[in-house]
Amino acid sequence: MPELTYLQAISDALREEMRADERVFCLGEDIGRFGGAFKVTDGFIEEFGPDRVWDTPLAESAIVGTAVGAAVEGLRPVCEMQFADFISCGFDQLVNVAAKMHYRQGLAVPITVRLPSGGGFSGGPFHSQNPEAWMLQAPGLKVVAPSTPRDAKGLLAAAIQDPNPVVYLEHKHLYRRTKGEVPEGRYELPLGEARIAREGTDLSVIAYGAMVGVALEATEDLDGASVEVLDLRSLVPLDTDAILGSVRKTSKVVILHEATRSCGVGAEVAALIAENAFEDLDGPIVRVTAPDVPIPFSPPLERAVLPQVDNVKEACRELLAY
Amino acid sequence: MATTTARPAALDGSEDGRGLLTRDDRARLYRYMLLMRATEERALTLYRQGKVPGSYYDGHGQEAVSVGSAYALGPRDRACVLHRDLGAHLIRGVRPGRVLAQMMGRATGITGGRDGNMHFGDRHLGCVGMVSMLPDMALVACGLGLAFQIRREPRVAMTWFGEGSTANGVWHEAMNVAGIRRLPVVFVLENNQFAYSTPNDHEFAVDPVERATGYGFPGIKVDGNDVEAVFSAAAAACERARTGGGPTLIECDTMRMHGHGAHDDMRYVPPELLEHWAARDPVEAYEARLAAAGIDTAAIQADVRAELERDTEWALQQPMPDPPTATDGVFAEVAEPLGDGEAPWSRWSPDREATHA
Repeated sequence: MPELTYLQAISDALREEMRADERVFCLGEDIGRFGGAFKVTDGFIEEFGPDRVWDTPLAESAIVGTAVGAAVEGLRPVCEMQFADFISCGFDQLVNVAAKMHYRQGLAVPITVRLPSGGGFSGGPFHSQNPEAWMLQAPGLKVVAPSTPRDAKGLLAAAIQDPNPVVYLEHKHLYRRTKGEVPEGRYELPLGEARIAREGTDLSVIAYGAMVGVALEATEDLDGASVEVLDLRSLVPLDTDAILGSVRKTSKVVILHEATRSCGVGAEVAALIAENAFEDLDGPIVRVTAPDVPIPFSPPLERAVLPQVDNVKEACRELLAY
Repeated sequence: MATTTARPAALDGSEDGRGLLTRDDRARLYRYMLLMRATEERALTLYRQGKVPGSYYDGHGQEAVSVGSAYALGPRDRACVLHRDLGAHLIRGVRPGRVLAQMMGRATGITGGRDGNMHFGDRHLGCVGMVSMLPDMALVACGLGLAFQIRREPRVAMTWFGEGSTANGVWHEAMNVAGIRRLPVVFVLENNQFAYSTPNDHEFAVDPVERATGYGFPGIKVDGNDVEAVFSAAAAACERARTGGGPTLIECDTMRMHGHGAHDDMRYVPPELLEHWAARDPVEAYEARLAAAGIDTAAIQADVRAELERDTEWALQQPMPDPPTATDGVFAEVAEPLGDGEAPWSRWSPDREATHA
């Protein structure tokens, strides 16, 4: 099995879907002749032509809105937001037009919206955000956030073939830093299934996206404790069985995400556990997240805001000792 | 390319499109306008009787816009319809009874009670239901056109919006991408003089039809109360779009003769303005024209009345949706694309369709 970077896996998934399914096309800013700001679509316009690789003007509403129209006519558009932050400019089309369409009109909207998200490289307040919680309040959207190259490829293929609007969070920090074995050829991984990244019995760390790697590193050697790391992979649908199963096994849980704290994914997961597994807990539910601030630019400030390996170690040690 | 406010020539050069419209077509145009008005008047009565929850919106006085424009569509064309444009839904094949059931929140309304009033589009008839962020659907129409363009299909997407929408940035995005890609989209701008209470002189400094030139495609302004003038412009625009000529912006000058919604007393509208437009009622004007041409308008009126009675009775018998189903259908299990709509224009009769579709 070949080793690919996270970015290559995303690119391969998109290319293979486009080769196999002529309904699939992509649209976004600078994705054609330039190959995308991060080069996910490098070489695509040469292979598929300008009709299926549309260099749009700088107009995020237009990207999402035209994708909706093309999707209800039978195509499978894949939108690229140049940075996840810019989905705010196309938000209305996403949450009001796409997300509500099937509930209101019985009309499916099979679009995929790729969001290069996350910080850690001095991108500043407008190129570093993790906006997933915005999407969780818009019923009708599926939201996935892979952490490995294998998952990135299988989940993107599944997102493209899903009959619903799927928001696909691809963490920029993982693009070239994360490598892993990726099966050749087309395959889909089911949307809504978490993955146990490491089995354990003393404590569960629940994470997704780039924080899965942080969780694994932080708990690799934690005074001999057996720490389970659960990679959510999908935020909508949320794999409640996997979350509750892990908590019931370990009785202690740390929820870790890079996004800001209040009303984030962690709050939802914590409430789910409190409502359904209260009797199984041997300690308080702990969240490790960014505080409720914009992501600052300067490296020491950004490091102070984004969860670091040491923050996770400390939180786990405290909870293990509880 | 230049924006014109002249009345458009019909495809065959005749002044008002008569060369494209048979006697039966003209009778149908009248019937659809009358059916729209009658259905909306009945819905307003049901609203006042407390049978229509929420608020109530209609297109009274604007019937010629949606009827005249939608009548130009072929069966495989697609439509994103505004809440002032019931005529377009009727032309695509939605029955008045289903509209009334929709307004009353019944299980058999087009959205099954999921959304109210005019927020619907029958997906089986090629319509995409609107949202309240009105210019949004102009972009969806661009996407429909994009699909036709990518697949090299001679089809058209038509969308309607008020002059109020032209103030929103999303409208600019739609016009811009339509111009850049020469998308087969017909944009029908119905200038009904007010965005809720806001008059034209607070909405724009320059008539929005003038902007079309800046986006690289034609803008034409027509008398929005003359159904044949609207039809003629729409038919020409559809033909242009279908043959690779790109989009057209058609501004239809009209007047919203009711309030923004049934709750709106229109205190901000000068009485003389209403009087001016009341004398130019599109349904009455067309009736007089057809009657003079020897068409039996009284028979059409009787026919519409009978249809509406039947449909109202049917709608009132429809069940309310079952409360436990409120959480169903947030996600789709399969993606079934839009279906085709009815196309009553004689040009689209089945034996001729093959030459155009």
